[in-house]
Amino acid sequence: MLIDVDTPLATRPVQEQHYRGRDIPTPPWTIEITPHRGIFQVPIAEMWRYRDLVYLFVRRDFVAFYKQTILGPLWFLLQPVMTTLMFTLVFGNIAGLSTNGSPKILFYLAGVTCWGYFSECLNKTATIFVDNSTLFGKVYFPRMISPLAIVISNLLRFSIQLGMFLATLAYFVWMGAVHLNSTALLLPVIVFLMASISLGIGLIFSALTTKYRDLRFLLQFGVQLYMYVTPVIYPVSTIPQEYAWLIQLNPLTPLIEAFRHGFLGTGDFSIAGLSYSAGFAVFIVTIGVLIFNRIEATFMDTV
Amino acid sequence: MNAIEIENVSKMYRLGQVGAGALHDDLTRAWAKLRGKEDPFLKVGRINNREQAGQTYVWALKDLNLEVKEGEILGLIGRNGAGKSTLLKLLSRVTTPTTGTIRARGRIASLLEVGTGFHPELTGRENIYLNGAILGMTRREIHRRIEEIVEFSGCAAYIDTPVKRFSSGMLVRLGFAVAAHLECEILIVDEVLAVGDIEFQKKCIGKMENMATSGRTVLVVSHQLATIDHLCSQVAILAHGQIAYRGSARDGISHYLSNVRSQQYEWNAPKNSKAKDIFSVRKMWVSSDGRTPLTQPHPVNKPLQVIIEGDILALDTKLAIGIAIYNQTGQTLFRSFHSDSNSSIQLHRGSNRLTCTIPEYLLNEGVYTMELISEIHQIRWIYAPEKTEASIHFEIMGGLGTAPHWAKSRPGEIAPVLSFTNTYLDPTDNESVAASHLVAHQTCRQTHE
Repeated sequence: MLIDVDTPLATRPVQEQHYRGRDIPTPPWTIEITPHRGIFQVPIAEMWRYRDLVYLFVRRDFVAFYKQTILGPLWFLLQPVMTTLMFTLVFGNIAGLSTNGSPKILFYLAGVTCWGYFSECLNKTATIFVDNSTLFGKVYFPRMISPLAIVISNLLRFSIQLGMFLATLAYFVWMGAVHLNSTALLLPVIVFLMASISLGIGLIFSALTTKYRDLRFLLQFGVQLYMYVTPVIYPVSTIPQEYAWLIQLNPLTPLIEAFRHGFLGTGDFSIAGLSYSAGFAVFIVTIGVLIFNRIEATFMDTV
Repeated sequence: MNAIEIENVSKMYRLGQVGAGALHDDLTRAWAKLRGKEDPFLKVGRINNREQAGQTYVWALKDLNLEVKEGEILGLIGRNGAGKSTLLKLLSRVTTPTTGTIRARGRIASLLEVGTGFHPELTGRENIYLNGAILGMTRREIHRRIEEIVEFSGCAAYIDTPVKRFSSGMLVRLGFAVAAHLECEILIVDEVLAVGDIEFQKKCIGKMENMATSGRTVLVVSHQLATIDHLCSQVAILAHGQIAYRGSARDGISHYLSNVRSQQYEWNAPKNSKAKDIFSVRKMWVSSDGRTPLTQPHPVNKPLQVIIEGDILALDTKLAIGIAIYNQTGQTLFRSFHSDSNSSIQLHRGSNRLTCTIPEYLLNEGVYTMELISEIHQIRWIYAPEKTEASIHFEIMGGLGTAPHWAKSRPGEIAPVLSFTNTYLDPTDNESVAASHLVAHQTCRQTHE
């Protein structure tokens, strides 16, 4: 079928490389593939080389999300708006939960925006091997690129939602209903910590779900339940004393409380709480990266 | 100088499904590790042979050693399941070996599939960037070569259209175009040439030759022996997860073919094989005299007989028994069932021997694979094509045509001797010209119908 090309290559001599004379020593191996990689051998340098891929993945996720939709990126806003309205109706007006005196809409919008970012990152990173098995099975690149891209593309989404939150906030500030304070300046830290914690937990789950899919289902409703032990729909101050420890143990609590403290002026904010979250983030990311790094080498055989 | 060195590489896979059994094995393994003992499952694996059933663990590759010189185009051939793809996966770092080491000099670009990671909603241009980055290029590198890539793909007119509107051929072109412009020292290609039209295939081959002559090392896996023969200077044959042969392409291919050939002119059902319901084949062979199996290639000009012996356990009017014939590259030439003709033969409950005759002047010279296939017509397969284990390999050689000048094999899967007629058109005789026109006209109409 593929004949007819003039000279078969097989008969041509392999060209000698003029720059590789006999006196030049053989260059060293550049790639070595062995059964086990050291547990702390995280390919940082390699990931840096692939930084453009992160950008392109983020772009792909963002562009592909609203292609062939009429509302386009507006869809990023619709979900938090509807959720906030529903929460305001159900938890605020029907159940009558306290919002610490903040405007209800704003209170729930703050919680929903933060929680949305966390849960989306977590859910997407946790299934990374399963979702990308066809891609991962055909070509090598540092796998860590994919979860990073997810965290970053969700960050874009989050900033759009944050923009909406800030616009709503501006209205209430103008009305004189809420007062900002300097904790708001910690926003980048808060977001970074939320991203880290979701990444860390997501990485651990992603590694475990490659072989046993059971965990995927566990995670799905686990995340839903997790929202209720995080002060999304209620402020920490209304928690009865005997359960407070449970809520305080949750590393997300200080983050969401700090967020509300900064923008709504209510809520418990302490440096100690934030440090606890930061410590937890470092811990969980380290564990996550190590496990992920170990699994990525052979996940293709089990996924 | 060696570009790649593969040393004692083995790869074990677990067969079957992941379930509670896998969890049990994992726990056993973890327990062994905890006590500082060796992985107990590394011992139980058997050598890679897809025809034997039974064990859960299998060595897809076992103590494989291979060296590839710089600037060499090495073809990897072997039967399905011999370990070719596993080896490529290891080389492209999609997975890691169970034991052993692979070393390489330079960047490895692997093309186990073209167009990996294409997103249907993105345009051709956007996908070039995405795909290039996945394959390890930076945006700047792609940017520098984008015009070249677009031109090579021949999809310039569609380049700003979402690729979901592309035909599959165009997708392949685009994918290969990106891959062809990778900057790498070692290129690994798996079967990608099997797609695309002839013109593009030639372009790909030309590109790969260029790569090799510019000092790059190329590894090709293909079932198309013609491609391998043309492109590669060296081949390695894989069998049961090991290198069975390593040498020049010509010798390697004939070695491979002779191995396939000598193996199977007849097929016998394994002793302990489970009987099928309705129809169960015991034995099948090809023969030139209707009795004894062939021992050597069969000529084109003699009919070839296929004999199938089996038990019919229940009579079913819809039962059809037949054969499927494949060429060397695995393409189906035809399928034929005993019930195809009107004057269908009678099947009997119990032991039956069917003889099927493949007429002379049908198959061209070459190596063919024949499978026994059987179905309950329009309901289900009993022996499904490409899944049935009853298969035979045979070769057709010599006896081309009836006239002496047809001495060399021509391209094509079949080599029929067709009859030609001729009418002499006498310019002086008007009647005969008119008559011949009429004849020609009618023939045309017949062929159209």
